[in-house]
Amino acid sequence: MIDWIREWFHRFGSFFRKPQLDRELDAEMVAHLKLAIEENLQRGMSPEEARRQALIGFGGTEQAKEHHRETRSLPVLEILSQDLRYTLRTLRRDRAFAAIAVLILALGIGANIAVFSVVNTILLRPLPFPDSQQLTWFAGSHGQGPLSGITYNVGSYEEFRRHNQSFQEVTAFQPFWGSSEYNLTGHGEPQHVQAVMVADNFFRTLGLEPALGRNFLPTECAKGAAPTVLLTHAFWRQQFAADPAIVGQSITLDNKAATVVGVLPSSFDFPSVFWPGLRADIFVPAIMDEIRDWGNTLVILGRLKAGVSLAQAQAEAKALLPQLKAAHPEWFMEYTADMSSLKDYVSGKLRRSLIVLWCAVGLILLIVCVNLSNLLLARLASRNKEFAVRNALGASRGRLIRQLLTESLVLSCAGALLGVGLAYAVTYYLAHQGSIVLPLLSSVRVDGTALAWTLVLTLAVGVLFGIAPGLMLSGANVQENLKDAGRGLSEGRKHEVMRSVLVVSEVALSFLLLVGAGLLLRSFLRILDVALGFQPSHAAAITINYDDGNDGAKRGVILQEILRQVKALPGIEAAGVTDMLPLDRNRSWGLLNPSRSYPKDEDLSAIVRIVTPGYLDAMGIRLTAGRDFSWQDAANTEGVVIINETGARRHWPGESPIGRLARGMGKAPDRVIGVVADVRVSSLETSPGSEMYLLVTEASPEGSELVVRSKLPSDVLTPMVMSTLRKLNPAQPATGFRPVEALVDHTVSPRRFFVMLVSIFAGLGLVLAALGIYGVISYSVTRQTQEIGIRMALGATAGHVLLGVLSKTMRLATLGIGFGAIASLAVARWISSLLFQTAPADPATFVIMILLLTGVAGAAGFFPARRASSIDPMVALRND
Amino acid sequence: MAESKLDLLQGTLDLMVLQTLAALGPLHGYGIARRIEQVSGHAVLLNQGTIYASLVRLQQRAWISAEWGTSRNNRKAKFYSLTKRGRKQLSEDTAYWQRLSSVMGRILSMAEDGDSK
Repeated sequence: MIDWIREWFHRFGSFFRKPQLDRELDAEMVAHLKLAIEENLQRGMSPEEARRQALIGFGGTEQAKEHHRETRSLPVLEILSQDLRYTLRTLRRDRAFAAIAVLILALGIGANIAVFSVVNTILLRPLPFPDSQQLTWFAGSHGQGPLSGITYNVGSYEEFRRHNQSFQEVTAFQPFWGSSEYNLTGHGEPQHVQAVMVADNFFRTLGLEPALGRNFLPTECAKGAAPTVLLTHAFWRQQFAADPAIVGQSITLDNKAATVVGVLPSSFDFPSVFWPGLRADIFVPAIMDEIRDWGNTLVILGRLKAGVSLAQAQAEAKALLPQLKAAHPEWFMEYTADMSSLKDYVSGKLRRSLIVLWCAVGLILLIVCVNLSNLLLARLASRNKEFAVRNALGASRGRLIRQLLTESLVLSCAGALLGVGLAYAVTYYLAHQGSIVLPLLSSVRVDGTALAWTLVLTLAVGVLFGIAPGLMLSGANVQENLKDAGRGLSEGRKHEVMRSVLVVSEVALSFLLLVGAGLLLRSFLRILDVALGFQPSHAAAITINYDDGNDGAKRGVILQEILRQVKALPGIEAAGVTDMLPLDRNRSWGLLNPSRSYPKDEDLSAIVRIVTPGYLDAMGIRLTAGRDFSWQDAANTEGVVIINETGARRHWPGESPIGRLARGMGKAPDRVIGVVADVRVSSLETSPGSEMYLLVTEASPEGSELVVRSKLPSDVLTPMVMSTLRKLNPAQPATGFRPVEALVDHTVSPRRFFVMLVSIFAGLGLVLAALGIYGVISYSVTRQTQEIGIRMALGATAGHVLLGVLSKTMRLATLGIGFGAIASLAVARWISSLLFQTAPADPATFVIMILLLTGVAGAAGFFPARRASSIDPMVALRND
Repeated sequence: MAESKLDLLQGTLDLMVLQTLAALGPLHGYGIARRIEQVSGHAVLLNQGTIYASLVRLQQRAWISAEWGTSRNNRKAKFYSLTKRGRKQLSEDTAYWQRLSSVMGRILSMAEDGDSK
């Protein structure tokens, strides 16, 4: 075994020392002959005879050398290196071809690696936690509705944690982004800090240890404990210059001291898993006793015990939760838990989109292969003689096919190298941009798996596009080509059939891509067209900070003053404050008509927003009946509420709700004073349910967003408003205005991302198809120069010839489009769940794409057609 | 020439080379080839050139080592000598060969009805 390995090792080594070993062998053979001649001379032979006998005894020197080389080295490697050298020489001679081929391949392979990296990160790779398959996501209310619906109250969390048998850990965090914001002071400018409230065992459940310091202690999560925080790695670097000494020190949050107990590892990116596109700076303990009565505030996460399946845990929860409810009549509702793996929760929604994207990029690669096959075939036609000569000189057909495959593999490897570079750039961009809201995107990179995938693709692509020319060659009578100049004879025609088949399939594939992209694009435009319920243009929002001591009246006074001053600024058309912006955050309470009776499981939840007078105006929310709030309402004892049209229809069907009493859950009834348009809550694709607006003095807002309507650019607006805010409250943190358009953008960004990529691929497919058509038609025109010349000499007009070539082009395109349309109908049905208000067989999309592809094909065929029509019969006939 | 020369079985040349080196000590390629011819009584079909493939294979397996030196009549030549591993290999191969040839001998000397030698 050892000897065998040693031998192969030597053989491999010998391959690289060929010249030296050959010289040595030559010297040895010369010595051999000299020794033999000498001995023969001693035996009395004549010098001539001695030499002759020595040579006879030795046998064929060339065979002996060849035998020696084969024994000492790896013949396969020798042949490969010969083929490689030959390939490089050929490609260097044909630089234009090589450059185009490598470029096309780089685009195809690069796109594939980049998309694979995204798919791998979001879909295939496990989440970045130890044993992440055990992590389980609990969705209340069957995962339907806004966050308030799928979350749990403290009691249900604690009771489930105590009584369940399936989980080694059950933990919780407060998922309402922006609900625990702090103002960090004492470290430079006041900073707005986003915190996540987590249960004591949150990090333990995820399997994380702080990089510095320690976890929260259970005592730090109890009521009245001294405040503590854990910093994210990024925030620690950015705000505290990665100073390890910060651990153990206290920082000032909302004017209270909090001790930094640790820094989380850099690998932990909370938002990329739980809050895509948002920010989290610090973690604070959730003091359960303080939020016990706040209703549904917690998301529950669990880590399954080893050996317990998700289904077992689900079954246990189904039995356990009703028992818990029975023991706790004070809970508002009966909780359910639809469990899924955390991974499924994070990426399940994207599965279909990602697979579609993957398929689209795979199609592109297929089109690239077909295109290159075509290019190689065209080259093969002009290389027939070269192969015939090599064949005549003794190269076997197998050797020639191997030569062709070597060429295609060299091209695909070069393309892959460039493609990997491209993919690195794309994934770097994706990981570092902030506008595409997809989970885990920040950890996208070209990793080992992606590189392995690249290798597979490269080999597959090389073989795939090398095989058609190889087949052509093996089917051809190579000898014939010595006589044939590669023109006009059956050989050329066979090539042309093959190339036509390739072009038709290329057109069909790109039609498929075009239709897919068209349908997705149309859906996207439909989504952008939906009535948002507000006017995003020229509106911007900024988070403001004030100290009202949790007193509604005081809050009213403060906000009234802020708004008065802001509105007085030049260029501000309207201003108002809300606690939550649409498409940003939401929470729901209840809304009902007290004079109606409802069936038991009627959904009475309503999105609630706590606003100031003027907010509707600033946001551009249309009032359809009644009036906006006024500051006078704050002075009245009776509460007031504004509801949306859906709420009005649902609870006061067939009558006007204005002036009626409405009841929120557990509150005194409010008088309905206005009805406004429905405002989209968290996505553009789902219509909102009931919504209501309450006056800021009458309910506790969660946060404050000042919305202004102004045509001023942000760099003028921000300092102007900021200086006003700072005047009123010196601790106002430094934040910028967020354009409300950005909220819309943020919401549609995943879809925009997919649509954009699929459209790019479709465009690429279109270009490649055009290139393919051009190549085939152009080649056939060149091949038929003589024939066309004869026809023109016999009286065919230029117009005839032009039409002839164009109709040939159209035949190919029509065939391709026909096949493509059939395939598209099937594929469109498969992606129908990704479409929005667009039928899978949307006639407009199909018609537009047919026209587009036909037009492009016509253009691609037009240039060779014009060349054909301008052939001078005399020149064509004299030629050759 | 009623009897044609023997074709060498795969691997037999290697064994001959090893045995030659064991018997005669360091030797150049020509010497080895000549010696095999002489000892076999010129019954083996050996192109002397083929010995070099065998020599390089044995070298790669580290059973023999090679060194340039001068022959008795002052010619530069590459001298091969048996290594320790080669010696071990030789004894293994010899034993194997002897067993095989005795088995072959027995099998081939089985009498067939009416056609015994």
